[in-house]
Amino acid sequence: MTDPGTTTAFEAAGEGATDVAAVTHHTYDVLVIGAGGAGLRAAIEARLRGKRVAIICKSLFGKAHTVMAEGGIAASMGNANPRDNWEVHFRDTMRGGKFLNNWRMAELHAKEAPQRVWELETYGALFDRTPDGKISQRNFGGHNFPRLAHVGDRTGLELIRTLQQKIVSLQQEDFARTGDYESDLAVFHEYTITELLKDGDRIAGAFGYRRPTGELVCFHSAAVVLATGGVGKSFKVTSNSWEYTGDGHALAMRAGAKLLNMEFVQFHPTGMVWPPSVKGILVTESVRGDGGVLKNSEGERFMFNYIPEVFREQYATSEDEGDRWYTDADNNRRPPELLPRDEVARAINNEVKEGRGSPAGGVYLDVSSRMPAAEITRRLPSMYHQFKELADVDITAGPMEVGPTCHYVMGGVEVDPDTAASAVPGLFAAGEVAGGMHGSNRLGGNSLSDLLVFGCRAGAGAAAYLDGLAEVPTVSDASVTSAREDVERPIHNSGGENAYTVHQELQQTMNDLVGIIRKADEMELALKKLHELRDRIPRVAVDGRRAYNPGWHLALDLRNMLMVSECIAMAALERQESRGGHTRDDYPTMDENWRQELLVCSLQDGPDGPTVQLEHQGQPAMREDLFDLFELDELKKYYTGDELGGHRSDAPPRQTRGTEGAGDEAERSSSTTETGGDPGGELTGGGA
Amino acid sequence: MGYQAKFKVWRGDAEGGDFVDYRVDVEEGEVVLDIMHRLQATQAGDMAVRWNCKAGKCGSCSAEVNGRPRLMCMTRMSTFGEDEEISVAPIRTFPVIRDLVTDVDFNYAKAREVPAFAPPEGVAPGEYRMAQADVERSQEFRKCIECFLCQNVCHVVRDHEENKEPFSGPRFLMRYAELDMHPLDVRNRKEDAQEDGGLGYCNITKCCTEVCPEHIKITDNALIPMKERVVDRKYDPLVWLGKKIFKRQELEQRGATGAQSLENPGPDNGSALDADRIGPVGTS
Ligand SMILES: Cc1cc2nc3c(=O)[nH]c(=O)nc-3n(C[C@H](O)[C@H](O)[C@H](O)COP(=O)(O)OP(=O)(O)OC[C@H]3O[C@@H](n4cnc5c(N)ncnc54)[C@H](O)[C@@H]3O)c2cc1C
Ligand code: SF4
Ligand code: SF4
Ligand code: FES
Repeated sequence: MTDPGTTTAFEAAGEGATDVAAVTHHTYDVLVIGAGGAGLRAAIEARLRGKRVAIICKSLFGKAHTVMAEGGIAASMGNANPRDNWEVHFRDTMRGGKFLNNWRMAELHAKEAPQRVWELETYGALFDRTPDGKISQRNFGGHNFPRLAHVGDRTGLELIRTLQQKIVSLQQEDFARTGDYESDLAVFHEYTITELLKDGDRIAGAFGYRRPTGELVCFHSAAVVLATGGVGKSFKVTSNSWEYTGDGHALAMRAGAKLLNMEFVQFHPTGMVWPPSVKGILVTESVRGDGGVLKNSEGERFMFNYIPEVFREQYATSEDEGDRWYTDADNNRRPPELLPRDEVARAINNEVKEGRGSPAGGVYLDVSSRMPAAEITRRLPSMYHQFKELADVDITAGPMEVGPTCHYVMGGVEVDPDTAASAVPGLFAAGEVAGGMHGSNRLGGNSLSDLLVFGCRAGAGAAAYLDGLAEVPTVSDASVTSAREDVERPIHNSGGENAYTVHQELQQTMNDLVGIIRKADEMELALKKLHELRDRIPRVAVDGRRAYNPGWHLALDLRNMLMVSECIAMAALERQESRGGHTRDDYPTMDENWRQELLVCSLQDGPDGPTVQLEHQGQPAMREDLFDLFELDELKKYYTGDELGGHRSDAPPRQTRGTEGAGDEAERSSSTTETGGDPGGELTGGGA
Repeated sequence: MGYQAKFKVWRGDAEGGDFVDYRVDVEEGEVVLDIMHRLQATQAGDMAVRWNCKAGKCGSCSAEVNGRPRLMCMTRMSTFGEDEEISVAPIRTFPVIRDLVTDVDFNYAKAREVPAFAPPEGVAPGEYRMAQADVERSQEFRKCIECFLCQNVCHVVRDHEENKEPFSGPRFLMRYAELDMHPLDVRNRKEDAQEDGGLGYCNITKCCTEVCPEHIKITDNALIPMKERVVDRKYDPLVWLGKKIFKRQELEQRGATGAQSLENPGPDNGSALDADRIGPVGTS
């Protein structure tokens, strides 16, 4: 789809003349790596601000992970309940992340999400509507009001297609002016970036290869936006696709940026477990939100045994009460199937461990006994279809088998909230690859909005950075040579390790030893195994040609997966508490002393090459007006006495607080019954 | 449970290629894409296959299985007999890159030829109002996962390379229809579809509808209504006389593009970063 660029026969030092592939060079103002929601929104913004932009992605244009999102996109537009506003959304997000979130990111996100969603309509998006013609908003776990804009259960598809079509629209405007669709906004699909290139401290470009041909490419660009998504493919059981190999995380580390919160990995409680080939594929949370119940092999609704102390008051203690909640949320407490994701995932894990699991190693999720078949197919069409086609299970007639699946990484590149700039000048990051926004646990629907808010800010940040740049950095031959050697190593190796085998071992290690429930000795063992893999990965050899060779591509992804796995394991071993997406068997409770400890990973040069280093870093204290949005009683659950230090203990409640407070219960259309004490979030609703 | 299946997989590139025989293990519940992955991991590490979601949501894994255009991730092995020989070939209408991967850039080029959504002038973001009943028609078409199976199977281009120039194929003719039925789009799409998209080439055989994994009624709901609208527009004098009745039709014209984004690209042309305007708690 793109212009051929200029090709230079690049003589790699010290290499046999027989295999000197040419390197094609391209020059752009801004390079956006990733064509999911975050990348596309960043590209649009940088182009609007007058920059020449290239978008690069590993798959075809329009196939990024964002396409798979189901449930919706969170924005406090107040269409379903006019009392919703950014302050309520902010509070929900902080609670969901157990107050470990970067509060400034959470603030920007809550404030700007509505504008970013409305903009999509001007690009042509067609969301589901309310009776008065506005964007419809649905209830979702941890969100106090119905807040998720949606299109059935294919919201991600609508989001990515809309952004893709806006890109096309900008290209058409450029075409009208220049006669070339790609003159100022080009898409390089099926290209993979393997290294960022620097000039001194600054970003100067990126190096990679073109999948279909295996040709090598070098992009010259002073600003790079990373929007590469997550890391799920380091785990065996995951809802994530092959693209999620943590490339952006690793690229940023190798370029000198830092990753934070890597220990926080979200395991969604309900992935498919049978048949084995679909293990991990997501079963939407709407199933439980709409009345589905979890049972063990003894037919017991076991979640009643797993209500933690902090939630005692908010959850039903009998099946009858739980069942009544679906129709009368105001006078009953919600069923424990709708506890936060981390709680449900742990409970399922324990049932299976104690021998009450299903034959395929999960538990049963049943809607068939809860509502008539016609209603199931109407409410959950894609789940009906998914189980029918992939598992031969008719969910209107019998239960599904489900178990936890690795879903989302909260950790990522440390960025400046306002500009999405990393510590490396010229390097920006947005979307799942960036860290901080979601703290220790992400609320459903908050990812798609995150992509738009921070994608937009990253595009703006990159454009502003370029406007202030005195001198254009240059790519050195030496950096290209070294990037090229790394890319070609698996081709030049002979008779080494098989990439697929090494990948399976890595996935098994992470799954078994750094999975949903973690123990010190297991993680130490995991680190030992990862260190062994570190020696083996450079020896991976591939057969075949350069053109579209998946074995080669996997061989190159392995070192990224290894690096993020090391970060996850090291941070998880260090954090001696359980919080959100990090559960320690040996430290089962949340410890307020850990709330403001952030664990940060970076690469440091050592005697055997660069190694991952872990450091502690303090969290900046929340701005006072934001802090005041919370009741002291709630803050006490998360903050140490010293941090609170009598703060606001007798301050009068602010006017803006209490929008979701006890007051007029009857008016509340939200299905939540408690008044804002919902730490951990993720209670009901769709995909997420 | 498991058994060994007989597969014939097309291996090769633009220069040529052929079916290669494989015997490969099949486990319970697997789909054709799983088998391709097992081949990669055990016998053919360099075999090219596209996929992403493995759940029929991304439209990457299109291929011809036993001659039928399918998503490999949604084609269950249990639909074949254990002794049956199963052939897997790249979709035929597009040039092969390697093995099961084809060059589908034709589709991206056609996508670019459809004039983008033309937003109504003077309606601010947040002010869009549309009824559910009115968005549903276009929403059906927006379920498209761009697997390009319909593009692959449509006989207008499948066996006629020369038609690729004038004909944009069912997926993009449907895009014209989608925009035409969009309640707020201000551009007249009928001539676009007819003259630029080659709507006239379609003789409503419905092969596209049959292969669509999203079960979109491409022919009945998009192509036929679009053909009717084109005809109405040409022959129905009321369309011309009665135009003033509807506001949208008043605006509607073939050249309409709606608000333009790149009239003044530059630092001041960016989207509003509202947080600064909204200010701290209590000031909004
Ligand atoms: C099944 C499922 C359902 C979900 N449902 C919801 C939901 O309802 N609501 C919600 O808010 N969130 C949901 N999520 C989470 C959300 O979809 C993701 O977090 C989000 O889409 C990530 O978007 P992104 O823009 O950061 O990256 P992605 O969309 O993943 O895009 C990453 C891009 O980077 C490219 N890339 C990666 N590495 C490289 C490289 N080395 N070189 C070049 N390009 C590269 C990829 O090709 C891709 O284009 C769901 C997730 C899953 C798996
Ligand atoms: S109905 Fe028209 S577009 Fe569809 S396959 Fe037949 S000729 Fe092609
Ligand atoms: S209309 Fe259907 S067959 Fe055609 S590309 Fe879209 S999803 Fe595929
Ligand atoms: S892999 Fe996504 S549709 Fe088959």
